[in-house]
Amino acid sequence: MSPERCHTATGNIDMDDKDVLILAIESSCDETAAAVVKNGREVLSNVISSQIELHKLYGGVVPEIASRKHIEKINQVIEEALDTANVTLDDLDAVGVTYGPGLVGALLVGVAEAKAISYAKKLPLVGVHHIEGHISANYIENKDLEPPFLCMVVSGGHTHLVLVKDYGKYEILGRTRDDAAGEAFDKVARAIGLGYPGGPKIDKLSREGNPKAIDFPKAHVDGAPLDFSFSGLKSSVLNYINSCKMKGEEIIPADIAASFQEAVVSVIVEKTIMAAKEYGIDKVCLAGGVASNSALRNRMKECCEAQYLKFYYPSPVLCTDNAAMIGAAAYYEYLAGSRAGLDLNAVPNLKIGQR
Amino acid sequence: MKILAIESSGLVASVALWSDGCLIGEFTTNFKKTHSQTLLPMLDQLMTTIGVELSECDAIAVSAGPGSFTGLRIGSATAKGLGLALDLPIIEVPTVDGIAYNLFGTDRVVCPLMDAKRQQVYTGLYTFDNDKMAVLSSQKAVSITRILEEINALGRPVIFNGDGVPVYKAIIEQDCRVPYCFAPASAAAQRAGTLASLAAVYWKDQKEHVVSARDHQPDYLRLSQAERELAAKQAAKAVASGQDAGENKNE
Repeated sequence: MSPERCHTATGNIDMDDKDVLILAIESSCDETAAAVVKNGREVLSNVISSQIELHKLYGGVVPEIASRKHIEKINQVIEEALDTANVTLDDLDAVGVTYGPGLVGALLVGVAEAKAISYAKKLPLVGVHHIEGHISANYIENKDLEPPFLCMVVSGGHTHLVLVKDYGKYEILGRTRDDAAGEAFDKVARAIGLGYPGGPKIDKLSREGNPKAIDFPKAHVDGAPLDFSFSGLKSSVLNYINSCKMKGEEIIPADIAASFQEAVVSVIVEKTIMAAKEYGIDKVCLAGGVASNSALRNRMKECCEAQYLKFYYPSPVLCTDNAAMIGAAAYYEYLAGSRAGLDLNAVPNLKIGQR
Repeated sequence: MKILAIESSGLVASVALWSDGCLIGEFTTNFKKTHSQTLLPMLDQLMTTIGVELSECDAIAVSAGPGSFTGLRIGSATAKGLGLALDLPIIEVPTVDGIAYNLFGTDRVVCPLMDAKRQQVYTGLYTFDNDKMAVLSSQKAVSITRILEEINALGRPVIFNGDGVPVYKAIIEQDCRVPYCFAPASAAAQRAGTLASLAAVYWKDQKEHVVSARDHQPDYLRLSQAERELAAKQAAKAVASGQDAGENKNE
């Protein structure tokens, strides 16, 4: 599918093209979500049932509890998405569903549900990669955005620097060697007593702290300039806290939060800009839960402007796990002719760009 | 009246179509736990073979637990998706009841045994009086020793079936004090055909066990491991605060 065709399909000028309505379902982690998306870019509904409160008790997502909650909520969430969009299943052109990566038991609920709906209604089924969904969230609010562009995906489970060459064509330029960025946020948040989920809490507390108070290491990976490593940073935060305690020095959580965040943000922004220059790309996007982090957004914006790069990022509701982004990705897969069979399975370690 | 039945609570994957008292078709495998990939293609094959449209169905029966947590959810999500798309109600058949119903008409007490791991079985006790199945002891997760004690106390001949039989055969042979036998392979495990027949009885009897596709969820009979551990920790804390923390292993 050429970008031109996709552009007219989203541009509302072309009257010959029939609108494509997709019901999208997402259940890869701890949000049960469904959305109806028109032509990949217009969100008619975006329903998210979050389980965060439930998992707080355990300090993180418990896979079995997440799966149980998905099966309990899924029909309600889908019905609400259809009602809000004011459509019925008969109005749809396809069903899109996240089939990986993620928690296998959680993914299976969405996959089995989506397959059954598509089978019963004789609708084409499109399997979607969760991270490709996060990247595609950028299409929704930026109608002019088209590949090629660079996307930095940062979330609780993923840290990927991805070159989007065309719709559905991805190349991973860099990734984390150990912890995901969001994981580091959660662990540091726990260490300074902020609780789960750590990202938003560190972001908030950092505004009261000095980002230069402590010089935490900005980890680089030898021989792989675009790869990331956050476990060393996390350890040095924990070591710092321990040594303060041993020396009887005062611990200032706001300074730790701000300095830790500074270390994460600076390395992410630096590598993204480096990659944009190296690959001659003039558009940069953020995606994933940590893309909501205000310091990361602001710094990326400043640096992109300084380098004359166009910068895009989704609003917070599209950064978190949601089904609208899956609908956006499913649309371009649908146009490209991708169809999943009744034997579609959940693939917990699905690779980006794998077809 | 047409009932579509779905069974994926254990190793068996099975689908069946029941129509006005007649089992039109049933596909069953007892092979590999690849239900996510096989269940829906199997249903499609069945419907194609017998020339029935999904839209002709009046209700969907599903094996509603206990069983493999993931297996149950594959069956439930499939049933919920079909129910949502076709606006059909779900008939929730307790899995152990469904296994017992394979032995309809026997004058023995029926004791299905599903291997529940962690030294437990999902089991229950059933009898057939005239043309109805009576539940003597409803489905639960207990140790094999415990259910054998119940059986011995009843003092009536018993027949065992279910995938727990090969696992616990030696213990049964050693500890069962009443006359016992084991069901043949055809009546030993979950079957969607049996599920559909029992669902039809529920439907006729005041629509017992009938829920909307929206409200249906499996009955696991067991908390998740994280919930169990948390409960044990809290119980331990309660004990420790009352007395010296000694033995407080929670089941």
